[in-house]
Amino acid sequence: MARLKDLCQNPELFSSGHRACAGCGEALAVRQILLAAPQPVVGIMPTGCTEIFSSIYPHAAWQIPMIHTAFETAASTASGVVAAYNFHKKMGNIKEDVKFIAFGGDGGTYDIGFQAISGAFERRHKFLYVCTDNEGYMNTGIQRSSATPYGAHTTTSPAGAVIPGKTMPRKDIMEIMIAHNAAYAAQTTIAHWNDLVTKVGKALAADGPSFLNVLVPCPLGWQHAGNLTVEMARLAADTGFWPIYEWENGRYKINYQPKEKKPVEEFMKPQGRFSHLFKDEAGKAVIAEAQRQIDAQWALLRKRQEAFGAS
Amino acid sequence: MILAKTGNEALAYAMRQINPDVVAAYPITPSTEIVQIFAQYVSDGKVNSEFVAVESEHSAMAACIGAAASGCRTMTATASQGLMLMHEMLFIAGGLRLPIVMPIASRSVSSPLNIHGDHSDSLASRDSGWLQFFCETVQEGYDTLIQCVKIAERASLPAICAVDGFILSHCMERIETFEDQPVREFIGAYKPNWNLLDYKKPILVGPATMQDYFFEFKRSQIEGMNKALPIVQEVQAEFRQKFGRGYGVVEEYRTDDADAVVLLMGSACGTMREAVDTMRNQGKKVGMVKLRLFRPLPHQVLRETLAKFKTVAIMDRADTVNSWGGALFTEIGSALYDLPQRPKLLSYVYGLGGKEFSLGDAATVLEQAHAGKKEDLVTYIGVR
Repeated sequence: MARLKDLCQNPELFSSGHRACAGCGEALAVRQILLAAPQPVVGIMPTGCTEIFSSIYPHAAWQIPMIHTAFETAASTASGVVAAYNFHKKMGNIKEDVKFIAFGGDGGTYDIGFQAISGAFERRHKFLYVCTDNEGYMNTGIQRSSATPYGAHTTTSPAGAVIPGKTMPRKDIMEIMIAHNAAYAAQTTIAHWNDLVTKVGKALAADGPSFLNVLVPCPLGWQHAGNLTVEMARLAADTGFWPIYEWENGRYKINYQPKEKKPVEEFMKPQGRFSHLFKDEAGKAVIAEAQRQIDAQWALLRKRQEAFGAS
Repeated sequence: MILAKTGNEALAYAMRQINPDVVAAYPITPSTEIVQIFAQYVSDGKVNSEFVAVESEHSAMAACIGAAASGCRTMTATASQGLMLMHEMLFIAGGLRLPIVMPIASRSVSSPLNIHGDHSDSLASRDSGWLQFFCETVQEGYDTLIQCVKIAERASLPAICAVDGFILSHCMERIETFEDQPVREFIGAYKPNWNLLDYKKPILVGPATMQDYFFEFKRSQIEGMNKALPIVQEVQAEFRQKFGRGYGVVEEYRTDDADAVVLLMGSACGTMREAVDTMRNQGKKVGMVKLRLFRPLPHQVLRETLAKFKTVAIMDRADTVNSWGGALFTEIGSALYDLPQRPKLLSYVYGLGGKEFSLGDAATVLEQAHAGKKEDLVTYIGVR
């Protein structure tokens, strides 16, 4: 367990003055992760919200070396950086152990950047890939991604007279990365800071590529009040919408078990992206289906923990 | 040492001698062998390079950018669809001024699918901010790739060294190679301008820019390309001095007192030389101008070279699909436009998808250039 008292002694490597929206979950994630990361650490990022709000020339919020290339290239650029590091190490040009973190949004991770991540993990390039998941293409104006949850309204899965928002559930990126034999894979939220920083430590200590999926509520895209960002992340975990778990050494572990799982409505209701579901009977059916999906997902996760969990 | 090598073998051999720090690549015909042979060098411990067998050309160029930004001498190789897939990343390598060096076995671009040689791939990358060399022979490919490393690093620009797919990449030639040590002395140690991995002095590579700075970045990149020509010439001269042979950015063949010349790039220059000889024997005053450097286009050299002829036939091995002539034709036309006296320009497109360009075809172009006229604005040679 990390202690706040200790963490706040660490230097702020993601400085204030960046241009994130008020209440941005992504900025909170980046700050927490860098507070927890051992130094030296080098960052890689694709195009996305984080890149835009942290690096508009001539300003930069990063106190670590950072490279941005293109939307789908966080992992492939990281492969090149890590290969260069391996070369410098081999030649004795660099003596210290350097850690590498790639930060991608869900668009750059689940979708357009997916091939590059798959390739980099297969090649066992040693870096931590963090997906700051706000469940949509928020940088381009709130379009659906394959991380967008069932029933959500986005500008490319709009709720209309006939179609009630996104009609498919999200892609299970965790299972996909586990299937890539990630050295460590975990899911958490910005509300669970202690869980997050612990997982960053484990992921960076792992011997190979590691994956961290962090839920980062987006006030703009989710249409909730900016002061509710952390609360929204907590509700995501308490309703079971966002299970907090990890996969380590071939075993699943649920890290946070809500004492009594709240109904998913409590997570959905404060958000504008689900507001269309609270107007009529058809909406109720969508919410019921969302609840069914969550329950099924938990049943499966528990089975996995039983079958492949800690003894 | 005199060796028998195909273009791909010669380029891979040069890469072994260059001994780049990082190579990230994905195989594609007709350049596959370059990467295969290089991978074998890695496995046999003949180079120090970190070799990254990526999952696509897009990732190959992204990884090259990451490695070059991290202070490593970086190379890859590709062709055709692979270069197309890299297209987005080519601009980023150019914009970041990273001296990545890339041999290309030039090939047509789908559709229809065709694996054979033309210049569609390289010329489609024209505006990406890469130096571009086109080679006539395997020997020239070998020599040019070595030069490219030094030129790219001195100019802070990425460089393409193109040999014609199959025609050069797969055909065996007698080539004169150098010993490893002189090659390494010639290119010297790599001293990057900056290094992402210098974590004690953290930098941000590839920021976003708004309307206030973007144009200034691009303007400075354009200036970098404008200033590359003297660097190319300087390195060519150093190469000539050290190794006793060399090249110009524009080379003339039997142009003394010529009225008409044909200008072209790549392997077809060999065929054209032969046709020029034949016509000279018939007493016709024709010659050839070979363009080796397409980016930066040596405007001034071309103006000085071409102004003295009555007719210049320009031959493109790629079409622009409706800009009235290929890229070479339009670019050279632009370069010559405001000369007080300019030659008549004829436009030819030839050899797409590996279509044979015969001695007879070369003679036809020379005859028409010599006559100073032809019917169509653009002539497509050898189309059934």
